[in-house]
Amino acid sequence: MKHDHAVILDVRDLTVAYGKVEALHKISLSIRRGEIVTVIGPNGAGKTTLLSALMGLLPTTGEIVYLGHSQGREREVEYLVRHGMTLVPEKRELFAEMSVEDNLLLGAFDRYRTGHRDQMETMDEVFELFPRLEERRSQLAGTLSGGERQMLAMGRALMAKPKLLMLDEPSLGLAPLIIKEIFRIISELKETGVAILLVEQNARAALQIADYGYVLETGEVSLEGPSHDLAADQRVIDVYLGLGHKH
Amino acid sequence: MDLQILLLLGQDGITNGAVYALLALALVLVFAVTRVIFIPQGEFVAYGALTLASLQAGKVPGTVWLLLTLGVIVALLDGIKLLRERRYAKLPPLLIFNVGLPLIAAAGLFAIPPTQLPLALQVVISMLLIVPLGPMIYRLAFQPLAGASVLVLLIVSVAVHVALIGLGLLFFGAEGSRTPAFTDLSFELAGTLLQGQTILVVVASALLIIGLYFFFERTIYGKALRATAMNRTGARLMGIPPMLAGKLCFTLAAAIGAFSGILIAPITTIYYDSGFLIGLKGFVGAIIGGLASYPVAALGAILVGLIESYSSFYASAFKEVIVFTLIIPVLLWRSLSTHQIEEEEE
Repeated sequence: MKHDHAVILDVRDLTVAYGKVEALHKISLSIRRGEIVTVIGPNGAGKTTLLSALMGLLPTTGEIVYLGHSQGREREVEYLVRHGMTLVPEKRELFAEMSVEDNLLLGAFDRYRTGHRDQMETMDEVFELFPRLEERRSQLAGTLSGGERQMLAMGRALMAKPKLLMLDEPSLGLAPLIIKEIFRIISELKETGVAILLVEQNARAALQIADYGYVLETGEVSLEGPSHDLAADQRVIDVYLGLGHKH
Repeated sequence: MDLQILLLLGQDGITNGAVYALLALALVLVFAVTRVIFIPQGEFVAYGALTLASLQAGKVPGTVWLLLTLGVIVALLDGIKLLRERRYAKLPPLLIFNVGLPLIAAAGLFAIPPTQLPLALQVVISMLLIVPLGPMIYRLAFQPLAGASVLVLLIVSVAVHVALIGLGLLFFGAEGSRTPAFTDLSFELAGTLLQGQTILVVVASALLIIGLYFFFERTIYGKALRATAMNRTGARLMGIPPMLAGKLCFTLAAAIGAFSGILIAPITTIYYDSGFLIGLKGFVGAIIGGLASYPVAALGAILVGLIESYSSFYASAFKEVIVFTLIIPVLLWRSLSTHQIEEEEE
């Protein structure tokens, strides 16, 4: 089979188990360059587990092909970061007692370590995307508002110049206006050619900007398709987009 | 007691306190980054001092053999892993650091009698022999246990301490050593004699502390270490491997320890097991800083030095008791006040 170079990540039959309990069962998905793929689903469906597994934080079975290389023994966070995979985790995991600028700088740590010295230019690009961060550049990350923290977490991830950006619940705990702003930036990022894997509970917002979507329920993909098809699917409307749904 | 004695004791206290402060900083650093309470910190002090003393006595210090042995073991362990994973590019640096450099150091010691070298070079050689032991000990004793609890790490830490003490006895014998003073200068200040050596210790410690400050505040590697201490998961996601952070801070701790040992070698007689007590006093300072605050730890350590000095005058027999009793009110105050480092849940 010839490899399609536009495919950034191709996952086949990914299974993750915590002891005997399977958290993810035979998940298959793929993401191409410049594409936003979303995984929606209820709380506890295994969305965060999926991202942690892809990032090499959890042991898995099944096949993961990243940038055309089947991932075997070297599937470690450090290796994946070096090859352009970044994760913006649900808890943001910022360095609270460091300034915004230092947080961003550390986003480029591995690039610095491998001899790149373009971190200041990259930071300017990040500031263009998130002007709020530039205003707060010397403020401690721990003193930022929720929306600014999410922006910083995303900015820090972009400092690594990623090929695949994985976002875990970027809308979590944010006000509607800020969510709108964050999602606008996510779709803007798509133009730069980075592939984005967006995990969201906020199905409406996610399907609006995504090209393709998967519905994850109790550890399995129950539905998949182009996002406008998913958004029109009666079951998705009833469960995730219905009027009773808060988001 | 007149002013003169007061000043003399104060001078003594600050000199010792400066060294305790260095050790306290190393302890805080190691704990913050790796959660290891580094009991063997003091052994690096003794090894540094005694290695320098051996060189000056024209003997080949036993630490060379320890360095070679540990280096070969590390090279074997990591080399086999690299070969298996076919990461050949990383083999040369591994071999150079762990086997090549120790071999060159050993060969150099046998080729040139170290007694003929200038003092500065002897100091450099002592540092080169001791500092690599830090990352090697991390690799062998702590890296395989990176996920273990603080208690398990503490137990291993005690084991490493006991092993190093035993080896110290083997390498240097039971007699203590004292190296000649680095400088014979002395000044008069308010009727008290100010020893050049004392000033040297304080100035060198202060310079090292300033250097550490710049490392942590201005360099990306220093920031990466602080980031690891603040948020281990966040740091990993940035591609800062915990292993690299661990090795880096053990290297720093070993360097600080060995350097402190070399600084105090001319003012106190150091035995193979002297390091433990010295390290513990640094530890009291680190505890005053809650194992988290660098400035408070450093100030606490200087306070320990002063208290030790004055209590040795008033109640010489109880000197150590008084110093270590200090930890009780501090612990009480610490546990009653709010902020404390929680063990991270994974």
